[in-house]
Amino acid sequence: MGTLTNERRVISVIVMNESSVLARITALFAGRGYNIESLTVAPIPNSDMSHITIATKGSAKVMEQITKQLHKLIPIYKVVEHEEMVEKEMVLAKFPIAESLADISVLASAYNGGVVNVGKEMIIVMVADEPMRIRHFIEASQRYNPCEIVRGGVVAIER
Amino acid sequence: MQMSGAQMVCEAIIAEGVKTVFGYPGGAIMHVYDEIYKQEGFEHILNRHEQASVHAADGYARATGEVGVAMVTSGPGFTNAVTGLATAYMDSIPLVVISGQVPSQLIGTDGFQEIDAVGISRPCTKHNFLVRSLEELPRVLKEAFYIARSGRPGPVLVDIPKDITVDIGEFEYPDSVDIPSYKPTYKGNKRQIEKAVEAIKLAKKPLLYIGGGVVLSNAYKLVREFVEKTQIPTVETLMARGVLGAKNPLLLGMLGMHGNYASNMAMSETDLVISLGARFDDRVTGKLSEFAKYADIIHVDIDAANIGKIVEVDYPIVGDVTEVMKKILEQMDDIDTDRYEAWRNILKRYDELHPQSYVDSDEVIKPQWAIERIGELIGEDAIITSDVGQHQMWAAQHYPFDRPRQWINSGGLGTMGFGFPAAMGAKMAFPEKTVVNITGDGSILMNMQELVTAAEYKIPVINLILNNHFLGMVRQWQTFFYEKRYSETDLSFQPNWKALAESCGGIGYDVTTKEEFDAAVKDAIEQDKVCFMNVIVNRFEDVLPMVPSGGALFNMMLPQKIDEEGK
Repeated sequence: MGTLTNERRVISVIVMNESSVLARITALFAGRGYNIESLTVAPIPNSDMSHITIATKGSAKVMEQITKQLHKLIPIYKVVEHEEMVEKEMVLAKFPIAESLADISVLASAYNGGVVNVGKEMIIVMVADEPMRIRHFIEASQRYNPCEIVRGGVVAIER
Repeated sequence: MQMSGAQMVCEAIIAEGVKTVFGYPGGAIMHVYDEIYKQEGFEHILNRHEQASVHAADGYARATGEVGVAMVTSGPGFTNAVTGLATAYMDSIPLVVISGQVPSQLIGTDGFQEIDAVGISRPCTKHNFLVRSLEELPRVLKEAFYIARSGRPGPVLVDIPKDITVDIGEFEYPDSVDIPSYKPTYKGNKRQIEKAVEAIKLAKKPLLYIGGGVVLSNAYKLVREFVEKTQIPTVETLMARGVLGAKNPLLLGMLGMHGNYASNMAMSETDLVISLGARFDDRVTGKLSEFAKYADIIHVDIDAANIGKIVEVDYPIVGDVTEVMKKILEQMDDIDTDRYEAWRNILKRYDELHPQSYVDSDEVIKPQWAIERIGELIGEDAIITSDVGQHQMWAAQHYPFDRPRQWINSGGLGTMGFGFPAAMGAKMAFPEKTVVNITGDGSILMNMQELVTAAEYKIPVINLILNNHFLGMVRQWQTFFYEKRYSETDLSFQPNWKALAESCGGIGYDVTTKEEFDAAVKDAIEQDKVCFMNVIVNRFEDVLPMVPSGGALFNMMLPQKIDEEGK
């Protein structure tokens, strides 16, 4: 990893479940001028902790500061900033029913997904894959005139 | 034992051994004040502004090394305290500030005197709590004190909704704290320390660079021992003045924007920086690409985030200065002090070439003279606080500091109005010591209401006002960098200082000559009352040397040289 390049990185943060811990993290990013590309948070099963995954961009030096500053927050238990992460992101996309449903269905399954709902006017597909592949899926889906696309943000786990 | 939340607050303060609390009551904190009225475990000082309460608690903490406590009400009471929190945060001072909050059921409704205290204070506290229930109150109070004083110290806010102070429940103050996510590192890594020791022994031009962390860690004896043993020249930051003692021949002085010539040249030419509890502030480093350009850097800091934040570090050691210094000292018995002899001689020549000096005058009092003189008059035992500006830098340059915690000032945030209340806090902690706030005619007015507090409680601090009828530091920059356009810095319109002090129950002195100065200081110590000593100094004196902002440390504007006839 270069020292000056603005590389995308994923940081995994384990926090104690207490009020305003998320606010502390986002305030830290805002106050010190770091970017958040995406952020997901969910409780860890059978524990009093939560797992937060933050996708961000910055140089190696900025990354080091982000992890150190995060670690200083009292309710933060562990910060992992690692190159060896398995990353997945989920996306929901809504298409008009008039589009080629077979094409859309094939596209979705090509990206580890499928049709999750079909209504009178709309068809909804869900896809879960690596963030890069999610971008490709979104590009490819443009020809079917999606009405709405909702990305879920990255979740990651150390390999 | 069953008691109200308000009582729990008082019991916790007593259990923590706090002798003096500074504060200001109001609606949301009234139940706690009702309990303060009933108890005898600590004294409460009613400041006349919440900012002063927090600064006073801060001064108390800096003078003693213990946690300072301030108490304020919700809304404006809290917001007035924010500057105090930020001041303590930037200088890593252990404080617990207790604020009232509107009752739990009113939170979020824009109730009377409601403000999101934890939201506002998040970036200027080490940690903060909004107490959610009476059950968690004892644990939160215990954790607040623990977090404030452990690791890298800092201020902690405990925001308590009014209903929780009323409710009655079981109180058992915890003996210990266990926060799984907060485990400060005290012991430095053994291998890293060994490598650093090796680097010290191989260096030719090592320089010890000590900061406020040495004071906070109470490591000054170990640091003095290290310097004695190794004979390594030393520079102090603004926050570390007094650690080595002014008389130590190995102390070069203070470095940075207003550092002396030898210190800044030492940093520019050293081949090994040994940084203890310092954080490479921009006022210290000047232009980064030229800072310690030829040096490897050993950085000892209890806060890992400080290491590598500003400069690249070759020997990072995360740990408490005291613990790390003990380990380093164990390995210093075979040190060859002659190795650094040539380097010491170079620095000695630098100091002779441009010593910390000023041109004295017989017509007008020079501010530097006033500081040196008060140092001679009140001696090594006094505690000196300061506000922010030229007087602060002159005090740091010229006062003969002899021990840590003798010098109390707002270094990181640079808070004008800090000095007077901080002096009161220090005086409450050490009533037998003379406490002097070295201030200016700008700064002192920012918390002058404390004259009333100091007079009421008989807290006899001396406010030495170096009066140049200017916001002097800004004026100095305007002279140098803004073609003498003195935009809004002329303070020619002044109060009658003597009358002002007297009207509040203190004493005032107007001083224009050196004789009057000596007489006023002598009288002020005898009278033992809070005073304003209005010392008229020459208007256009500059703080020198000066490294212009963003410039390299070795590019200093230097004072006029004094020739042999003293000209």
